[in-house]
Amino acid sequence: MKDMQEGYTTADGRKIGGVVMEMKNITLRFGGVVAIKDISFDIRQGEIRAIIGPNGAGKSSMLNVISGFYVPSEGEVWYRGAKRPKMRPYEIAQQGIARTFQNIALFEGMSVLDNVMTGRLGHMKSGLIAQALWKGKAEAEEVANREVAERVIDFLEIQHIRKTPVGRLPYGLKKRVELARALAAEPKLLLLDEPMAGMNVEEKEDMSRFILDVNDEFGTTITLIEHDMGVVMDLSDRVVVMDYGKKIGDGTPDEVRNNQAVIDAYLGVASD
Amino acid sequence: MFYRESGDFKTSYEQDSQTFPIKFDRYRYYAVLAIAFLVVPFVINDYWANAILLPFLIYAIAAIGLNILVGYAGQVSLGTGGFMAVGAYACYKFMTMMPEVSMFVHVLLAGGMTAIVCVAFGLPSLRIKGFYLAVATLAAQFFLVWLFNRVPWFYNYSASGQISAPERDVFGILITGPNAPAWATYMFSLIFLTFCALIARNLTRGTLGRSWMAIRDMDIAAEIIGVNPMKAKLTAFGVSGFFIGISGALFFSVYLGAVEVGEAFGITKSFLVLFMVIIGGLGSIFGSFAGAAFLVLLPVVLKVVGVDVLGWPTDIVAHFQLVIVGALIIVFLIMEPHGLAQLWRVAKEKLRLWPFPH
Repeated sequence: MKDMQEGYTTADGRKIGGVVMEMKNITLRFGGVVAIKDISFDIRQGEIRAIIGPNGAGKSSMLNVISGFYVPSEGEVWYRGAKRPKMRPYEIAQQGIARTFQNIALFEGMSVLDNVMTGRLGHMKSGLIAQALWKGKAEAEEVANREVAERVIDFLEIQHIRKTPVGRLPYGLKKRVELARALAAEPKLLLLDEPMAGMNVEEKEDMSRFILDVNDEFGTTITLIEHDMGVVMDLSDRVVVMDYGKKIGDGTPDEVRNNQAVIDAYLGVASD
Repeated sequence: MFYRESGDFKTSYEQDSQTFPIKFDRYRYYAVLAIAFLVVPFVINDYWANAILLPFLIYAIAAIGLNILVGYAGQVSLGTGGFMAVGAYACYKFMTMMPEVSMFVHVLLAGGMTAIVCVAFGLPSLRIKGFYLAVATLAAQFFLVWLFNRVPWFYNYSASGQISAPERDVFGILITGPNAPAWATYMFSLIFLTFCALIARNLTRGTLGRSWMAIRDMDIAAEIIGVNPMKAKLTAFGVSGFFIGISGALFFSVYLGAVEVGEAFGITKSFLVLFMVIIGGLGSIFGSFAGAAFLVLLPVVLKVVGVDVLGWPTDIVAHFQLVIVGALIIVFLIMEPHGLAQLWRVAKEKLRLWPFPH
């Protein structure tokens, strides 16, 4: 089913392309603690890839490795056909990887619009002098990027809170604003760290719809971490299962669901 | 009644992101500019210029500069006095080395020189933040004052160790030295303040301002979503230094005329400007104006009330002033940590709905 070069077709008939990002034998150590141990997997163009596992399995660490916040102790990260050299996180972001955070990391003192516009920073190039003078180049660039930001705001249905300071918003909306900030960067790869943590059913449904729509309309490749199994199994095309820093399963939701190691990790092993 | 956005439709993003989106605000702003440029110069006298208007204009520039660093970029600085001294001494050196060049150029060059020095002292901010950065900038304060005291080249080997501004004119009108007319010094400072405020506003509403605020609010997240922290912090130091240098240059050349560095640009100056920023409102250009006006006017008002109205002895009033300023700062920090700018914002919110409460 999975050809390395050609990609595959999902159960609902979407075409999944070639490999966008490949993790090769990633190991991550903090002193003596091994957070991730020798994990390899790939993320393909246009798919929704989930990383699941019990608490402390190393999922968020994995996401931090992908987004460049952690540098793996061993192993290689391949992004769009090239090995990633040592880079600062902001350079990685400018390569088209955007993310949201488990504990919302919005800029509380700024309005929703300004938060979304910070997502566009990588696309705005006008210099100090041009910005100081404002009229002309800087303003034209601001307006062009504002249009993109407004499309995202429209898409995520947060027009009514555009000018509200983020600090005043309720939790569910903050999560959505954070998604908007990530989307405004027009990422090639979008990383979502527990996008539905702490939400009620209705908010989860909204968020699921947004994730599917993003994938569908923009063709964005998405990698997400989520604890709600129902959501993960419904949304994702392929799932990586981690436990104690090791990969114990990888495949379609159905394959993973029937994997004995995964069942053991989640439900425990009966001791005879 | 008039303070409404209703009926004032924005049909483009340019209109939506303008500085004063509400029509009444816009006209008020034009009116203030017109009065400042067209009315005040004709009614100004020496007392008003030297006691109130010049210090207000010059401190407002310094407060805008510091507000960019502390309020927008979140990098605490206690080196303002030292950086103003850099502006003053740079201006003095440029004035004596190139007497034929216009004062406008001297002041701008002094700002540029201060920006460079400020960026150099901002380098530690890449590694440390908060209190520790404050201590690093405090080191800048003491080092710079020491430097200007100890290296005679900076004060052109004058016997007193002071620098005093030679007489310079712009378009034939004297603006430095004891014979400069009040209106000319006022206009010269006002032009620079207007220029600085416009630049500060443009920078803070655009890309650079957003990257500063992102670093201030959550530096790690900012870096992960694509803000280059080094660039954001150092540009904040640079821009801030530019404004502070301009204010230092004006403070020396236009306002004081002669300066002894430890006295004019000591640590108390750093705190004074920091208090202006805190009382006025962190992260607000208007707040910089409000804070500067407040701390410049307060001693004058207290003196008028205490000495002229109540007839108290001058020294008691002077002591009272210290007590009141101290108490007010504490009250402000507790009651309204976002400063006068926040009070102004709340007042405007209420005005928009007036006469209805909600």
